Amino acid sequence: MAKKVKPEELLQYDLKPPRQEWVDTPVELKPGTFCWGAKGKNLQTVGFPNARDWSPTEEDWKLPEDWQETILEGIADRLKKYRSFRLFMDVCVRCGACADKCHFYMGSGDPKNMPVLRAELLRSVYRRYFTTPGKLLGRWAGARELTPDVLKEWWYYFFQCTECRRCSVFCPYGIDQAEMTMMGRELLNLLGLNTDWIAGPVANCYMKGNHVGLEPQTITSNIEFMLEDIETVTGIQIEPNFNRKGAEILFVAPSGDFFAEPGTYTFMGYLMLFEELGLDYTLSTYASEGGNFGFFTSNEMAKRLNSKIYAEAKRLGVKWILGGECGHMWRVVHQYMDTWNGPADFLEEPVSPITGTKFENAKSTKMVHIAEFTADLIQHNKLKLDKSRNDHLRVTFHDSCNTARGMGILEEPRYIIRNVCNHFYEMPEETIREKTLCCGSGSGLNAGENLELRLRGGFPRANAVRYVREKYGVNMLANICAVDRAAMPTLMDYWVPGVGVTGVHELVANALVMKGEKERTTDLRGMPLLGKDGEA
Amino acid sequence: MAEIVVGTLTLALDEDGFLENADEWNEEVALALAATEEVVLTEEHWELINYLRNYYAEYNVAPMVRKLVKDSGKSLQEIYALFPSGPGKGACKIAGLPKPTGCV
Repeated sequence: MAKKVKPEELLQYDLKPPRQEWVDTPVELKPGTFCWGAKGKNLQTVGFPNARDWSPTEEDWKLPEDWQETILEGIADRLKKYRSFRLFMDVCVRCGACADKCHFYMGSGDPKNMPVLRAELLRSVYRRYFTTPGKLLGRWAGARELTPDVLKEWWYYFFQCTECRRCSVFCPYGIDQAEMTMMGRELLNLLGLNTDWIAGPVANCYMKGNHVGLEPQTITSNIEFMLEDIETVTGIQIEPNFNRKGAEILFVAPSGDFFAEPGTYTFMGYLMLFEELGLDYTLSTYASEGGNFGFFTSNEMAKRLNSKIYAEAKRLGVKWILGGECGHMWRVVHQYMDTWNGPADFLEEPVSPITGTKFENAKSTKMVHIAEFTADLIQHNKLKLDKSRNDHLRVTFHDSCNTARGMGILEEPRYIIRNVCNHFYEMPEETIREKTLCCGSGSGLNAGENLELRLRGGFPRANAVRYVREKYGVNMLANICAVDRAAMPTLMDYWVPGVGVTGVHELVANALVMKGEKERTTDLRGMPLLGKDGEA
Repeated sequence: MAEIVVGTLTLALDEDGFLENADEWNEEVALALAATEEVVLTEEHWELINYLRNYYAEYNVAPMVRKLVKDSGKSLQEIYALFPSGPGKGACKIAGLPKPTGCV
């Protein structure tokens, strides 16, 4: 297990490319760097093809007989359907600007993790079967046959990309490598070659509305549990409501936030903020997931899972939808939802009932990001905030890939943090905002069995955290993504011990002075506030 | 596919050693699963295992870790002392619960 390997040992890798050409270097599945294969029952639940139990460590991946035909037809279909795919198959000039921008390459030195080469795994097959030079000249034209080994190589490397799109920021052509990975995964999915860490949540979400598989009574019970904690800290009793017809706003959060720490503290933060505002909102036990692991299998599956959000908004008759601190949820909402499942003409253009601000940017989707909502409240001076209640924290902010590069939420979380914390420090400029470094666990890679991969991929981000820890004594990493909250505690413990992980709304709730609250002596985690534990 | 033999039964395990089918669990199975974790079950272990089984029967998922801590009256450190792989990979595995998935 990678955890037993010392950090300095994990960084001992050779950046010198192998002498052998990449095309002659067979794929080797290294333990700790891949996830388990999708179980048949999970594929079957959503009607995915070739549902059967299989193991990537076995020679036989139990492919259907006509697998090659299926893949080639799949490529042909997608070349017709997606202009982006067609373009990206041809336009790369191999300038190499992307090569050292990938966190997986930076953390592993594996040349096939250079985005240009990861894409080449697919392009080489495209050339062989879909271009005249490739058909005639084969290898001389950069083409290669589609063999079972090529398929295994695809599987291995397309599940070593988090679709974070950092490389795309540096690509002079703007080639979106996430699209490459998405197409690669779609093709693999045609043969039932998914991972179970993705297929399991997809099946859960399809059957129960959320990735964790929480039943309605589990969701309400978990939230009641959090409300007891809120009462302990603040003395305030909150009455939540679920599936309430006629509420003004439907609030949708990533399900990790009502199940696992430290996301649960973020969820407590949402609840406290809404209570203080007297917001007319409801929570749904059906549209109980903002995230969308379907997005890591195929666009079609993502669309199917996403559809429940509008369906529930319509059923409940709300005016608009507010969304929580989730990463890939917002890439889906911002860039796909309206086309897939819109138009949401039964909803109204979102207006903050507290400030009257019209969220014109959400005119088409009718979904507002909570960081925009809260930043607007602070801007209008609608919240009473005591920053000193976060004085025990020295905070830095990790831009989550999807909200930063996928929708441009860059200033709002920073504005909020500056207004609720006295000690905020930025990581180096080339590691934040549009150039943010991935947590290394996104796009469904946050499993346990691939921990070494996650630690390697997360190293560049962790290294930037280490910089601010050493320079400013940072002890808390804030973010607005549930996978960050799930994956980064492990990453920090390994590379930068002593740094905790928090959602932004946990920090908001710590600082939020609520009407009728008792004097607070601890933060939401029960940690004593500075000056409240007997110390000066 | 990994398996575990308990008496006359052969039960399927997933790659992480969790029971594939939670309904197949019984106390003998727990003893066999505990052996894979090198844990010798005492009364204290059984209290947690029974709590997890009851919770699972009602909620169909493992409890939040903090709920487990609060309801059992044991600190996280005490739980780790009993189940060195932790509440999820140790206690839940022996109690026959499936792994939680998603952004967790």
